[in-house]
Amino acid sequence: MMWIVAALAVWAAGWVVNVWLARSAWSATRAGRLAIVVVFGVTLLAIWEGLVRGFGVSAVILPTPSVIGVRIAGALPVLLGDFVQTVIKGALTGYLMGSAAAVVVAVLIDRSPFLKAGLLPVGNFVAALPIVGIAPILVAWFGFDWHSKAAVVVVMVFFPVLVNMVAGLQASERMQRDLMATWGAGYWQSLFKLRFPAAMPFLFNGLKIASTLALIGAIVAEFFGSPTVGMGFRISTEVGRLGMDMVWAEIAVAALAGSAFYGVIAAIERGVTFWHPSQRV
Amino acid sequence: MPVFAVVGIIVCVWYSAAVWMNAPWVYDQAERAGVSVSFGEMVGATMGQARPVLPAPHQVAAELWKGVAGQAVTSKRSLVYHGWVTLQATFYGFVLGIGLGVALAVSIVRFRVMELSVMPWAIISQTIPIVALAPMIVVLSNAAGVEDRMVPKAIISAYLSFFPVLVSMVKGLRSPDQMQIDQLRTWYASEAQMFWKLRLPASMPYFFASLKVAIAASLVGAIVGELPTGAIEGLGARMLIGSQFGEPMIMWAALFAAAILAGGLILLVGIVERFARARMGAPA
Repeated sequence: MMWIVAALAVWAAGWVVNVWLARSAWSATRAGRLAIVVVFGVTLLAIWEGLVRGFGVSAVILPTPSVIGVRIAGALPVLLGDFVQTVIKGALTGYLMGSAAAVVVAVLIDRSPFLKAGLLPVGNFVAALPIVGIAPILVAWFGFDWHSKAAVVVVMVFFPVLVNMVAGLQASERMQRDLMATWGAGYWQSLFKLRFPAAMPFLFNGLKIASTLALIGAIVAEFFGSPTVGMGFRISTEVGRLGMDMVWAEIAVAALAGSAFYGVIAAIERGVTFWHPSQRV
Repeated sequence: MPVFAVVGIIVCVWYSAAVWMNAPWVYDQAERAGVSVSFGEMVGATMGQARPVLPAPHQVAAELWKGVAGQAVTSKRSLVYHGWVTLQATFYGFVLGIGLGVALAVSIVRFRVMELSVMPWAIISQTIPIVALAPMIVVLSNAAGVEDRMVPKAIISAYLSFFPVLVSMVKGLRSPDQMQIDQLRTWYASEAQMFWKLRLPASMPYFFASLKVAIAASLVGAIVGELPTGAIEGLGARMLIGSQFGEPMIMWAALFAAAILAGGLILLVGIVERFARARMGAPA
């Protein structure tokens, strides 16, 4: 009972603090905004802890955040091994290869209006398909190790990046292209000095979408067969052994990896497209 | 026309890839039988294997046809039956996701504290790979006494589909410009009237644009939800079964059934959108 009351009290307190913060002058500053986000997250965790303890929920069903935290600290080497296998080898390799291939193909398509007219609808359609479905096929082709995971990720990130990059290459205006032409710029010069920079906001839009897809693809592919290491493998086996604290530890690592991945892409975007209206604060 | 050309090229590439990838097996079989095969015989043999590395397009089409029309729709081997199971989960998740997305968007536009505290977490929630959470959602809903396998799948697909709706609705509800808002103020409109008569109608184009993304995301969610949950029904479960029993044809047929389903759903949302826009008097 104590714990439930405490959870409700924390909820009320967090709410009051956030409303106060949002109305004060703090909310205009960066630190203030960050504080609101952190207070919200911490409040959620505290409510979770309080309710699970208060209602006496078994650890086999839902462990508390503190138990998960202890587990993370205790299983660091295992978590690190899984992280390297799934995120670095599987997701990141596939992500880089898929995005690079998509950019190259986009430049090739862009030279031919016929291909552009034909491939774009097909690409748009494929980008909306449940591509995770190819995971079992690619696992059968490339084996259980990280190569098949990277292959799934390549296919998953390829189309979103392709569609956005093709749109981006058309983003420069007629006037700007004419200006490049009057300066006697060749195809490659105008590509690198005008159209690539103009395409960057579109490209990063695609890269951000692809960053979340990459992790999903790598983990899903592990459900279809993997070596005895990796986040998807660990999650599916620990669920079977009722090791819920370990599953939540993996989820925490996956969440952290996903957010960090997205954050890094967003940070690079801020540096590259500093001139774009959406980046000017 | 260019679309057909590209699709034609893809089919051609697929056929040649099927020949190339299935050829080692044919040569291997021939060697064991002690006969040599000519190139023409090899190509013919790669087209009709029972367990090909890459089935030829017509094999997939035949398997699809067998799955859709060759069985009674209630049969466990019918793709219509499995597609229906997945479609139901997709639909519940879609509706749940729309409800959640719209509700969050309305409160975010209305209350500043909601925007500052919920919006960043909504973005973070999408960077978390849902498949990691999926088994936990199944365990939790079982523990909560929900026997229906539909519920965890619907939750997963709602988790994926609420975000596009949320983002677009926030943008849409904020799309009326200052002039229009001032106009309603001069008419002494209350906050509720402002919402119903100006903000909500103005957000509709954004809403429908997001639905197409959301329906595709819900389908992915429903399929992904079937993978770690030990489901025996649904297109995702068919893929898993095909993978575990080494039956590539089952996987390919399920994959294409899912693709066709996705295309159909997107088309359907497009039709609903056009109908709704016509009713609202939008320029065509």
